[in-house]
Amino acid sequence: MTVQGIILSPDLDGDRTWRIGDYVKRGGYDALKKIIADKIPADQIIGEVKKSALRGRGGAGFPTGLKWSFMPRAFPGAKYLACNSDEGEPGTFKDRDILRYNPHTVIEGMIIAGYAMGCERGYNYIHGEIFEVYERFEEALQEARDAGLLGKNILGSDFSFELYAHHGYGAYICGEETALLESIEGKKGQPRFKPPFPASFGLYGKPTTINNTETFASIPFIIREGGDAFLALGKPNNGGTKLFSVSGHVNKPGNFEIPLGTPFSTLLEMAGGVRGGRKLKAVIPGGSSAPVLPGSVMMDCTMDYDSISKAGSMLGSGAVIVMDESTCMVKALERLSYFYFEESCGQCTPCREGTGWLYRVVHRIENGLGRPDDLDLLNSVTTNIMGRTICALGDAASMPVQSFVKHFGEEFAFHIEHKKCLVPKDVQHEGSKIYVA
Amino acid sequence: MLSPESLKKIDREIAKYPPDQKQSASMSALRIAQEERGWLANETIEFVAEYLGMPAIAVYEVASFYNMYDLAPVGAKKIVVCTNLPCALSGGVHAAEYIKKKLGIDFNETTADGLFTLKEGECMGACGDAPVLLVNNHQMCSWMTEEKIDQLLADLKK
Ligand SMILES: Cc1cc2nc3c(=O)[nH]c(=O)nc-3n(C[C@H](O)[C@H](O)[C@H](O)COP(=O)(O)O)c2cc1C
Ligand code: SF4
Ligand code: FES
Repeated sequence: MTVQGIILSPDLDGDRTWRIGDYVKRGGYDALKKIIADKIPADQIIGEVKKSALRGRGGAGFPTGLKWSFMPRAFPGAKYLACNSDEGEPGTFKDRDILRYNPHTVIEGMIIAGYAMGCERGYNYIHGEIFEVYERFEEALQEARDAGLLGKNILGSDFSFELYAHHGYGAYICGEETALLESIEGKKGQPRFKPPFPASFGLYGKPTTINNTETFASIPFIIREGGDAFLALGKPNNGGTKLFSVSGHVNKPGNFEIPLGTPFSTLLEMAGGVRGGRKLKAVIPGGSSAPVLPGSVMMDCTMDYDSISKAGSMLGSGAVIVMDESTCMVKALERLSYFYFEESCGQCTPCREGTGWLYRVVHRIENGLGRPDDLDLLNSVTTNIMGRTICALGDAASMPVQSFVKHFGEEFAFHIEHKKCLVPKDVQHEGSKIYVA
Repeated sequence: MLSPESLKKIDREIAKYPPDQKQSASMSALRIAQEERGWLANETIEFVAEYLGMPAIAVYEVASFYNMYDLAPVGAKKIVVCTNLPCALSGGVHAAEYIKKKLGIDFNETTADGLFTLKEGECMGACGDAPVLLVNNHQMCSWMTEEKIDQLLADLKK
């Protein structure tokens, strides 16, 4: 693991240092202890989070402090907190490492959030395929309970907070926050109409706040060192460090925690550069739902919300998928389109039917059966999906299609005209078959 | 229908939710039932429903919505290989093809001896470890080169 930073420091190993004793030695639970000892008012905590300019790490980048202030703290009755560890956005594998290497930072972040928003109970929704991580998280929760940091009358105060893990079982859509709530309620994970928003009608119909794992993991530092200190790590409006999951055609795939605003070229270097010395072709900078950008555009970007958005994409979950010149862009899009088709929950007609159309059309282009007007067809299908669905999966399926066709249109046109890839098959094989450690 | 150990595990899950929200434990109850029985037959689903005081149809809906539940018998070892784009760029498809060749089966097929079922999976949130595969839903295997696949299949046969 090559990481540096406030969430995943380089001294963490996967076997031992995740435990509570080591976490406390690293300054863990100091923030919570300070809050309890000094009886810090909830408003002050939310103010600190606002000052930090922490933006949600789950994909949308929504300011966390602002989100927390939407919770009706004075509302009598149950209020809930949910952590979104349903990491299923292709390319994203940071939350798994946070939970493996530093689970207590998420637990502490959630306890503090519970305190600040007056929640009595929280759930961490953990992605189905990472069962070992779920089991470790359960163990970490027990450690926290045994230490009096979780449960009734935390550290002898009158603040009580329960926290449990909920294990998913294979549905990408449960990463969408309202589908996640449905799933915790023991139902099919189908997104709800918004409004009402979870802050007024959430889990079991009660006010609920949902944040990503990495968002919660950033909280202890913000409280311990101050919002300004966090902000200073990044750049204005883009506070802090952020984990980037780099995958694809690089020599050293992995997670890298770097200050927001770090040049993409530096991140690429940290990941060992492009594999086999080949030329960079394209990068998806924020998980599979983010628009793809040509490599040359990426080389001028810094890794933060504003720079990537100016370049026409999204920082999203921070999953950086690197593709070199051996990649057939039609084939790459075909696989992503299949994913969205497969994972659409089927509630809305434009998404259910549209994702099927997108996949079938890209599939036939890839297989030499494309028709001259197929690119127009793809564009019209995406316009018919976007903005007309209950949740953002429809948009997530459309943006890759639009951006691949926009930036690599000539490759699609070549496929349609010549019934084969522009990139020779043996070159593709050379690029993607091998794994170099 | 389910062993006392499984029921104890299910009870632990039920305790995580408010007393009037037992149905929240349906996902984990199905998982625990599947671990014991190998797959989810209708009777198993009905048993879980009764145990949680839910209509059978509601539990069936859950079982059929999530990909990791098996509503039909599978081999003793179910292997799911991720072929989504990030993995595919680092040998994921190649790993799947190699397993197909070694086992002589395609995706969604089971070997004649009933030992292996092979499936194609979506992103497991472990793309940095590509190629990755999952054995029986809970054991994740990383960096699956041909040699490591040979070793894994040999171990699973034991
Ligand atoms: C289809 C879909 C999948 C999503 N998957 C995830 C996910 O795996 N993890 C996550 O944190 N957010 C995911 N989100 C975003 C969540 O809905 C939500 O915005 C986020 O968890 C809020 O946390 P944050 O403000 O800390 O980012 C997804 C959204 C959509 C539409
Ligand atoms: S947009 Fe797609 S995934 Fe989202 S609710 Fe509608 S059908 Fe389901
Ligand atoms: S794409 Fe295979 S684990 Fe993410």
